[in-house]
Amino acid sequence: MASRADDADFRTKLQEWIPKLVLSPSVALMLVFVYGFILYTIYLSFTGSKMLPKYDLIGIDNYVRLWGLSAWWTAVSNLAVFATLYITICTAIGLTLAILLDQKIRGEGMLRPIYLYPMALSFIVTGTAWKWFLDPGIGLEHTMHLWGWESFEFGWIKDRNMAIYTIVIAAVWQTSGFVMAMFLAGLRGIDNEILKAAQIDGASNWSLYRRIVIPLLRPAFLSAFVILAHLAVKSYDLVIALTGGGPGRATELPATFMYSYTFTRNQMGTGAASAVIMLMTIAAIMMPYLYSELKEKK
Amino acid sequence: MGFLDISNVTKSYGKTEVLHRVDIGVEEGEFLVLVGPSGCGKSTLLNMIAGLEDITGGDISIRGRVMNGVHPSKRNIAMVFQSYALYPNMTVGQNMTFGLEMHGVPKPERDKALTEVAALLQLDKLLDRKPGQLSGGQRQRVAMGRALVREPDVFLFDEPLSNLDAKLRVDMRTEIKKLHAKLKTTIVYVTHDQIEALTLSTRIAVMNDGYVQQLGTPKEVYDTPANIFVATFMGSPAMNIIPAQVAMQDGAPHAVLTNAAGETVQLRFSQENMVDWVGRDILLGLRPEALTDPEGADRKSQNIAALSNPVAVAEPAGSDTFVTMTLGGRDVIARLRADTSVTPGTSFDFAVNMEKAVAFDPETERRIPA
Amino acid sequence: MSGATQSTAVSTGRITRTLIYLVLLLFALFYLLPFFVMVVNSLKPLDEITGGNMMSLPQTWTIQPWLQAWSSAQIGVEPTGLRPYFLNSLLMVVPAVAISTGLGAINGYVLTKWRFRGDNIIFGLLLFSCFIPFQIVLIPMATILGKLGIAGSIPGLVLVHVVYGVGFTTLYYRNYYAAFPTELVRAAMIDGAGFFRIFWRILLPVSGPITVVSVIWQFTNVWNDFLFGASFGGQSQPMTVALNNLVSSSTGVKEYNVHFAGAILAALPTLLVYIVAGRYFVRGLMAGSVKG
Repeated sequence: MASRADDADFRTKLQEWIPKLVLSPSVALMLVFVYGFILYTIYLSFTGSKMLPKYDLIGIDNYVRLWGLSAWWTAVSNLAVFATLYITICTAIGLTLAILLDQKIRGEGMLRPIYLYPMALSFIVTGTAWKWFLDPGIGLEHTMHLWGWESFEFGWIKDRNMAIYTIVIAAVWQTSGFVMAMFLAGLRGIDNEILKAAQIDGASNWSLYRRIVIPLLRPAFLSAFVILAHLAVKSYDLVIALTGGGPGRATELPATFMYSYTFTRNQMGTGAASAVIMLMTIAAIMMPYLYSELKEKK
Repeated sequence: MGFLDISNVTKSYGKTEVLHRVDIGVEEGEFLVLVGPSGCGKSTLLNMIAGLEDITGGDISIRGRVMNGVHPSKRNIAMVFQSYALYPNMTVGQNMTFGLEMHGVPKPERDKALTEVAALLQLDKLLDRKPGQLSGGQRQRVAMGRALVREPDVFLFDEPLSNLDAKLRVDMRTEIKKLHAKLKTTIVYVTHDQIEALTLSTRIAVMNDGYVQQLGTPKEVYDTPANIFVATFMGSPAMNIIPAQVAMQDGAPHAVLTNAAGETVQLRFSQENMVDWVGRDILLGLRPEALTDPEGADRKSQNIAALSNPVAVAEPAGSDTFVTMTLGGRDVIARLRADTSVTPGTSFDFAVNMEKAVAFDPETERRIPA
Repeated sequence: MSGATQSTAVSTGRITRTLIYLVLLLFALFYLLPFFVMVVNSLKPLDEITGGNMMSLPQTWTIQPWLQAWSSAQIGVEPTGLRPYFLNSLLMVVPAVAISTGLGAINGYVLTKWRFRGDNIIFGLLLFSCFIPFQIVLIPMATILGKLGIAGSIPGLVLVHVVYGVGFTTLYYRNYYAAFPTELVRAAMIDGAGFFRIFWRILLPVSGPITVVSVIWQFTNVWNDFLFGASFGGQSQPMTVALNNLVSSSTGVKEYNVHFAGAILAALPTLLVYIVAGRYFVRGLMAGSVKG
């Protein structure tokens, strides 16, 4: 950009190129392994690939087939139930715990890590722990019987209609503490003078939170929603470890559906189509969020 | 050719031109202040001198060498930043010698330069501290020390005092002035504070909207502002701008205006060429200190006019009393001696020093030259 | 409690305060219980589990299940215990974390201090890549790893984790460096420091907090990953996959105590990291990524 190239020294020009050079490996990896792969999978979803990729275009047959499969419908409706409950309950628990912890609680330093530690565990460990804890034969139900509560029944994990809720329980256990931390950070970021002003204006505790604090937590709600929603769509390990998709197919989610159709049932085209739909779901959630994030930070 | 030459320099971001054909020549040992409101382009110009921003058009040269496209570190300049930009992980001493180290100066020489500058700025006892342990004024001195150690051709200051509190700012201003008197260095200094500009500089470039409005000594800029922007930007309280007509009376041009009581007032111009403007509207520029009580008027002035006008508000400010009133339909501020007794609502006899009055063309807002 | 010392905006009565503590303690119980049960039962002989109460402490304390899980339990077809898989995980995690954190740091530096036309688009693309469902890349990744000859190997898994981790690390460093005064970089430029020198001497020395965040985040994610491990682990399966194989093996008697010991072994590294540095992680995370 210098107006006279002969005066511009070599070093300055080099300095203009180094940053781009340094960034290029990451950009190249990203373009190939993320966006290239996405395009490839999208392409596959329009082919008749079975066990191995094939490149014959067959139109939208895979999508038509996919939406005609009862297993896919089960997975999608399971995801709808799971995501709704998971997001709502995590947000509710997270917000409640954050607000309660923000009341000058003695021992906050002890409680916070207890709420948070499950997020350090892998979903496989979480699944193993809960699978057993919820097993009627040896877990909670068994214990209650031993303690004399003979009529106690808690067999959801073996029940086709209820098993999906056990996944919700385990997932909430794992992530709600993290949501709590997000809300707590939001609460701590609120200007104390606003709260004082509201109290002078005569707001009761309840209306203080409802009218002032919770609206101010909007950014935390948004972040929590985005993080939880994308975790819900990606959920795979937890199902594998907790129920293995069962009983029967009662707890299949799109992520497990994709895996089994692609790699064990050799319906690669259909699997690819299901992955594309998962990606589109996440894109619909993420795009507005990313857009606003990038715009604001300019 | 000057020591630092800014010739025909423009700057654009995309299609928007933010600096328009700036021409400034700076002599060796000069203290040039770029002053103007925020967004006027003064910091952009400074960054272009430093090499931190590209030059879109024109040339910047130092000691006759064109600097366009030359890396900042090879221009032999040093810069003091508004936030001081001290490296938080290094001690004061390391901060000050980092530049020398980068330029491959051997350690003994670095230490020698550091000792000299540290003594000059009374930083000797702080050399092992980290910036986080220093007060605002100390950080400011370290930032200047870092610049001094380099012995550059040109010092660039980017609003260096704006992060200090009022008292410290005045002290540091004096420090900088003393330092310049002692070292005779060439300085380009950016500020939005017109008092800093007037007190520090040997020359001022007043900027607005990407144009240099006026380039001149502090006295020129203050006494004969090029246009209404400069007139009102420099000086506090600002110069009064009063609508008036020009009429002949007793063979001399007079400014004719209306006071707050609705009476017509006539003030004789010292400027003979105002004859050319007879019968036309002008804007009369009067600094508050040219509008005083009769005892406080400048005794050396050959042209003191009397003016009677009702006072609206009187504000005693310790050393002076400021009076607000209406003149020519505008709010006007006069500066009286501290113990003058004025009663708001009543009329007061003012003395107008017409030798210091300036007139502006209402169309172009430029000063009508004498 | 006197109102004068209460500095939060909300003041509460004694009954509400008791209720608040009650709720908080109940939740603490909820979070602790499953882990407590795992630990306690991993120290019991098997017959005490099947016949007894999961809440009660062991009558006979034993570390036999731990030893078995570590070195002799049946994983898939081999009675190797979890030890070789633990080693696999370690060999995979260390380079993956180091490389992705290093790349993230330098990317964040470029994207904040050496901005150029289009840098925001690149960042947007990187950011979105953090959130994609990995199912969308599974099929081509399997093919590519095969072509590169690193399918089923640790280098393959390292590559996968670097690729899908670099978005997050870049995000962290970018947000952190965005708050770092650009004037300092300019001062260093005038002082004569170049691109790498500025990074090395000016930015890296103050990057401790965000490096903690990035390392913990990557460590937890890579260690805990199951999908990539299961898909591309091949001969070098990580700990999570091995644990799942151990737990869900359908042959023979279910040795719950061994399963629990294995699960805790799999959780131990991340738990340790969390206990040692968790405080910094949450603090840095809040400051860096999810501030509104």
